[in-house]
Amino acid sequence: MGIMNNKDLLNLIDITVSFEGFLALNKLNLNLKKGELRAVIGPNGAGKTTFLDVITGKVKPTKGEVIFKGKSLVGRKEHKIARLGVGRKFQSPRIFENLTVKENLEISVTTPKSPLNLINKSIKDEQLNEIDRLMKIVNLAQKVDSKAGSLSHGQKQWLEIAMLVGQKPDLMLVDEPVAGLTDEETDLTADLLKSLSGENTVVVIDHDMEFIRRLDSNVSVLNQGTVLCEGTMETIQKDKKVIDVYLGRPED
Amino acid sequence: MSLSKIKFDKKIVLSFWIILIALIIAAPTLLPVFRLNLLGRYLSLSIVALGVDLIWGYTGLLSLGQGIFFALGGYCAAMYLQITSSSEFPNNIPEFFALYGVEKLPFFWEPFRSPVFTFLAIWIIPAMVAGLIGFLVFRNRIKGVYFSILTQASLLVFFNFFNGQQKLINGTNGLKTDVTQLFGQMVGSESMQRIFFWITAILVIAAWFFAKWVVKGRFGNILIGIRDDEPRVRFTGYNPVIFKTIIFSIAGGLAGISGALYTVQSGIVSPQFMTVPFSIEMVIWVAVGGRGTLLGAILGAVFINYAKSLVSEALPASWMFIQGGLFILVVTALPEGVLGWIQGDGPRNLLQRFGLKRKIETYPSLEVNKKDGNNE
Repeated sequence: MGIMNNKDLLNLIDITVSFEGFLALNKLNLNLKKGELRAVIGPNGAGKTTFLDVITGKVKPTKGEVIFKGKSLVGRKEHKIARLGVGRKFQSPRIFENLTVKENLEISVTTPKSPLNLINKSIKDEQLNEIDRLMKIVNLAQKVDSKAGSLSHGQKQWLEIAMLVGQKPDLMLVDEPVAGLTDEETDLTADLLKSLSGENTVVVIDHDMEFIRRLDSNVSVLNQGTVLCEGTMETIQKDKKVIDVYLGRPED
Repeated sequence: MSLSKIKFDKKIVLSFWIILIALIIAAPTLLPVFRLNLLGRYLSLSIVALGVDLIWGYTGLLSLGQGIFFALGGYCAAMYLQITSSSEFPNNIPEFFALYGVEKLPFFWEPFRSPVFTFLAIWIIPAMVAGLIGFLVFRNRIKGVYFSILTQASLLVFFNFFNGQQKLINGTNGLKTDVTQLFGQMVGSESMQRIFFWITAILVIAAWFFAKWVVKGRFGNILIGIRDDEPRVRFTGYNPVIFKTIIFSIAGGLAGISGALYTVQSGIVSPQFMTVPFSIEMVIWVAVGGRGTLLGAILGAVFINYAKSLVSEALPASWMFIQGGLFILVVTALPEGVLGWIQGDGPRNLLQRFGLKRKIETYPSLEVNKKDGNNE
């Protein structure tokens, strides 16, 4: 397992995370190609969020190796990993509610992210243009100066996706982007994520099978901290192991 | 609604400014020396309050140890004044050393012969100490109530150290400044006190503008981001440790300036500046004035302290009850503080409750759109 390939952006090799004896992840192996869109599904407690925590540096694996762009991420601080090009969107929208939409996006597009740059220089023009572009993509152009806390749930989700894109990460980790969205918003989000892949590498974690199907991507099924099965939606739906643990019997 | 609110805020701010400047200009002629001196002291306290607002109101770091940096600034100023006014004492060193049989000046007093060093030391030393404490604490991701406890513990360490070092800095008696000389004048004299009042007033305004500059723009937004969701800031690629260390250090420097101004106007610096209640009071001034408003910190410090002296004169021993009550009132009824309440929808809501103002009928967001001409 854990075959490395120079086209791979990310390799997770035999990742084990043990929380006082409980194995949240158990010898998990996963490889991502550059430009790929990958959906990750799994029942509650399968280790989906821990999997993101390991990549982003929030949780240090007990064993195993995370290789991103040829570099090991294990032991690096969260902000260093983010600067290397790993962006994350959280399960419930985590935006800065007391700041305006524009200020939220400024935080994400600003580079370099040093105090000195922030305090004595004003934001670059190209970054302002990028903010304008992002606000149009996620339909928030009219809310520029509104407090992010006053947005609707769906708008908050989109603002966070826009912040993620603004960070220009090579790898986007998107945790349940459509939780609490309407059907229409869900469809738009799926299209948005699909349009981002290709240029970016995107990992989407979700429960919503309709949404995953719409993404039309390879799917990894997580169960008990390890990858149970990988393949297209059709393949995994026919997989007996997957049916047993997660999908249930297909309706006739 | 938002348009009228902005005007309203501007009016309030402007009128406060006019009143404040008028008061500062008129104070020396209007107030008796005793009152002028008190006002000067309270204004100097508002500088430490500004620092508390930066770290607590904006960044979410509740420090209960600002007294450390306040006292350090005070000691720096007092050491300079004592050493430059000690020519007629034995061994040409400050008088108190003779009490403990010390004949040679401790080495760390030497640089304080220089006025330039002293002016720098007053803010740089507290800022450096704050930066060091802050860095060690923040690097280990100690936050919330643990941070508060740690700062209070540091305060006690400093208090006990300064209290016990008679031979170095006169221990519990502290260092007197009112009988020392500065530029050939007695520091405690009326004319000097008037000058200190002006200097204080100018520095308060300078510190206020400085604090506004710090929180303006993206740097300030990161501070707010750290306060509201620190891990999110980290995952966006910022290192919160550096931001927190910088702002804690700035607050330490402001506390040092504040302590030095307070010392020369109260005539003494002593370990009493590092008692636990005093550092907690600093937090109360900001809480009552309004967290995250800066101006609220200044007004809170000045008005609460003025109230304290007035109440203490009329009803000695009752102040602690009033202060405690005030704090409870603010925490329960006005969590944003007085200025935060005024700047928010507080007055409108109050008038509404008495039926004096119409209720807002639409969602505020719709009105914002109307203003933009994009009513959806």
